[in-house]
Amino acid sequence: MAQLVATLASTHHPFYLKATTMPREQQMPQAPEWKRKIEAYRETLTRTKPDILVMIGSDHFHQIFLDNCPQFLIGKAPRYDATFYNEEREFGIPKYVLEGDEAMSGFMHQHLMDQDFDFAFSNELKIDHSIICPIITVRPDADLPVVPIYTNIFAPPLPSPRRFYNLGRAIRKAIDAYPSDKRIAAIGTGHLSLELGGPRQFMETGPDPEFDRQAIEWLRSGDIEAILANVDHESMAKSGNATHGFLNFILMLGVAGPEAADYVDNLDLFHTMEAYFTWYAKEDAA
Amino acid sequence: MSKYYVNKFLFTVDRDPEYLKRYTEDPRNFVATWEQSIGPRLNDAEMSTVHSFTEAEREALINHDYVALFEMGAHFFLNLTIFIGIYDAPYMEKHGPLAFQKEFAAKLQHWAGKEYPSVAT
Ligand SMILES: [Fe+2]
Repeated sequence: MAQLVATLASTHHPFYLKATTMPREQQMPQAPEWKRKIEAYRETLTRTKPDILVMIGSDHFHQIFLDNCPQFLIGKAPRYDATFYNEEREFGIPKYVLEGDEAMSGFMHQHLMDQDFDFAFSNELKIDHSIICPIITVRPDADLPVVPIYTNIFAPPLPSPRRFYNLGRAIRKAIDAYPSDKRIAAIGTGHLSLELGGPRQFMETGPDPEFDRQAIEWLRSGDIEAILANVDHESMAKSGNATHGFLNFILMLGVAGPEAADYVDNLDLFHTMEAYFTWYAKEDAA
Repeated sequence: MSKYYVNKFLFTVDRDPEYLKRYTEDPRNFVATWEQSIGPRLNDAEMSTVHSFTEAEREALINHDYVALFEMGAHFFLNLTIFIGIYDAPYMEKHGPLAFQKEFAAKLQHWAGKEYPSVAT
């Protein structure tokens, strides 16, 4: 059976590449520290020597729109183009082509359906920065096949936090059951407290630093009970109108299992708290 | 009211460099064109008869009035991204990084601490 060698959950700051590659004299003061933290985080993936990446993100109205809006969707294609024109324009993210793994996508889709997660699917999915940002940070050579999974964190009504966690558990079961000797890493991105297009956007900190601090502690200790007791759609909206991206962190904790993280780092940047978590699979976590 | 159609405008224009240029340079004419021939498109062959703008929605789009759009429940991500596409570069040149984003936030300060208009469609 396939082996889950690492579970990574992080924020996906679209300006990382631009911020750390522009001419040194124009860079923000935190750029070198940011780069160091990202390179250290990257090592938590590299050392596990993965063969396939299961990538969990959320389309930001790039391919998916309100005329046809799935809650959960899996990509099933031989390859995936990435980065839309407006992401290049706004964030300076280059275009990529990622190889797919149709066999694993097909297996995951069926397995998730068998676990009562009725996934939408796409045979022609162009992926956006929610999946390309972590490729840039933790696998910049973009040399591994991916199985992309999208969640809806944007267009209400959204699935519940518990549903996101249970989906993470189901994704873990599907990975564990995949009949292959491949080494799998699961990589998901979201947000801590975040405001976009509202009165609390682009402040010196994220809109709710207290939530950020608490969320990092919950994830550090793998305390799903505390998360589910304290976080709902209303509380997330109070912490910032785009804070629902935290749901993907909850999902990733489901993939890892309710365990303390093996690697935790964070960085307080203008307008967001960046956070980086890695769990290594323990024999009995599944 | 059609939040969906306002979002469709923001979505279709933000993702297309040619539309964005026309919306930047001549919003009144471009909004008229959009309503006539772009908005109703369901796909390359089919037209939709379902949605239309209210007068208030049309005016808000013509005036690049992101405060009014926020208050109508336009999706926050679309409402931000498109106007960053239009105003970020000129504001940057005049006032430095994030100047437009900060002005955007300042103009919405009367919503701080309140429940925002729903973006549900
Ligand atoms: Fe995002």
